[in-house]
Amino acid sequence: MLIDLFKKTRYISVDLDYNERQKELGPLVVCPFCKKSMRAKEYEQRLHQCQHCGKYGRLNPEQRLAITVDEGSFQLMNENVYTTNPLDFKGYEEKIAVLQEKTGCTEAVTTGVGTILGEKTCIAVMNSEFLMASMGSVVGERLTRLFEYATEERLPVIIFCASGGARMHEGILSLMQMAKVSGAAGKHSQAGLLYITVLTDPTTGGVTASFAMLGDVILAEKNATIGFAGRRVIEGTIGTELPKDFQTAEFVEKHGFVDKVVSRQELKEVLAKILKLHRLEAGN
Amino acid sequence: MSGEHNKITASGRIEIVKQKARPNVVDYISRIFDDFIEFRGDRAFGDDQAILGGIARLGDIPVTVIGHHKGKNTQENIDFNFAMAHPEGYRKALRLMKQAEKFHRPIICFVDTPGAYCGIGAEERGQGEAIAKSLQVMMALETPVITIVTGEGGSGGALGLAVANKVYMLENAVYSVISPKGFASILWKDATREKEAAELLKMTAQDLYDAHIIEGIIPEPEEGAHKDVKQMCKNIEAVLRQDLAELTGISGQELAQLRYEKFRHMGVFLER
Repeated sequence: MLIDLFKKTRYISVDLDYNERQKELGPLVVCPFCKKSMRAKEYEQRLHQCQHCGKYGRLNPEQRLAITVDEGSFQLMNENVYTTNPLDFKGYEEKIAVLQEKTGCTEAVTTGVGTILGEKTCIAVMNSEFLMASMGSVVGERLTRLFEYATEERLPVIIFCASGGARMHEGILSLMQMAKVSGAAGKHSQAGLLYITVLTDPTTGGVTASFAMLGDVILAEKNATIGFAGRRVIEGTIGTELPKDFQTAEFVEKHGFVDKVVSRQELKEVLAKILKLHRLEAGN
Repeated sequence: MSGEHNKITASGRIEIVKQKARPNVVDYISRIFDDFIEFRGDRAFGDDQAILGGIARLGDIPVTVIGHHKGKNTQENIDFNFAMAHPEGYRKALRLMKQAEKFHRPIICFVDTPGAYCGIGAEERGQGEAIAKSLQVMMALETPVITIVTGEGGSGGALGLAVANKVYMLENAVYSVISPKGFASILWKDATREKEAAELLKMTAQDLYDAHIIEGIIPEPEEGAHKDVKQMCKNIEAVLRQDLAELTGISGQELAQLRYEKFRHMGVFLER
């Protein structure tokens, strides 16, 4: 009977402790790729890997170092080198100041020396939060000094690469950093020392076309975008859409330009293992 | 350089160097050198005609000559891919440079490219790796290297042939990290501000000379190199002969060290 519909009593459950419980579970974060949400605490424990789509979020130098080097072992270097405005590009200095404030970093690369599972090494981490980790004079100079220090102290170098390319705001000087850092990496190599690059999302442009591709060992994080030209630039040139897996770590590995694609979870151990094997070979 | 010529804007110079009549690498090689023999291929994948290379003689000195190859007509431009090299082009160039080093030949490079090619094949075959290797290997070559930017010096594609002991630019040549159009569309989201970007980028020969990036500016005939190719070549040849006399007296190791130190000091930053 129709009347029964109106008589029917319907219950809904009200969780009176809901807000309390949510507070305990902590804040939510949204995956930058699949846009699904998860607990920040859990996301961090999973080294910023999304539990839904499995992709890695980008790490800033602080986060990268925290999951890579032995606690308390990292010593910052080259922070005294800082940015100026060679082209008098309007707003450039202000932009740098804002980014310094926002990221807590002085420039797009953090350099220093530390240990990974006891293995001493020079380390640089590029910061995609800082003008897309573009390479200007300061990034070039800091990396060059790191190579020089490593050559002097006979230490390996590991660079966590990420970059949109050369920093246009500094014009031709940015282009010259490609030659400068490649040259310094060459001197380090001539001294018989180990250089490892870890290509992280995104490694492109002038950084790909210089020191990122010059490692004795080139590792890449799963799913990272790695390439020379930007996807849209290529699509514009050839006039068609590119396949989805184009310029991924796996694509670059398949074409022979990366030694090994690694998961973020195994990266620290893989690095330590490679460092250790080279230490034994050198007979130190 | 005449005072009048000094007033040409960066955009004006881009127009001059992009003209069809602008001499290309073959014009320079045929007039400056004798006995040129082209050598092809990267010994791995193929022969990229966007870069031309071989051996020749400058006076009594055997040299290796390498340069971006712009076409004189549509068919040539298609064949040479508008001087935008693929990875195999840079690998061919590097092979010829290592060959030159082995036989103690000086290397002379002519740069004239909008940039390294952006395409599927270029990515698949490692455009980034090819240029990176060029930079590192060129830096350590134990033989004299001289580069002349004759027209467009397009970013990494140009630098791949320009890690040299001496880098010159022809008076109207330009050399930049990005095209003015690219700069305007990325940084200002407005490609129509191309001309403004060209001035800001400081990409002319005079700009690069003032910034201590290049060793010198080679003067062009009035209105540009195409007006008197013979004279243009004479001006280039004079510079090459003078430099070779100087550089061939320096040991290979020292040449590599001098080249490294020169690039080592490029960059503008402050230090606290």
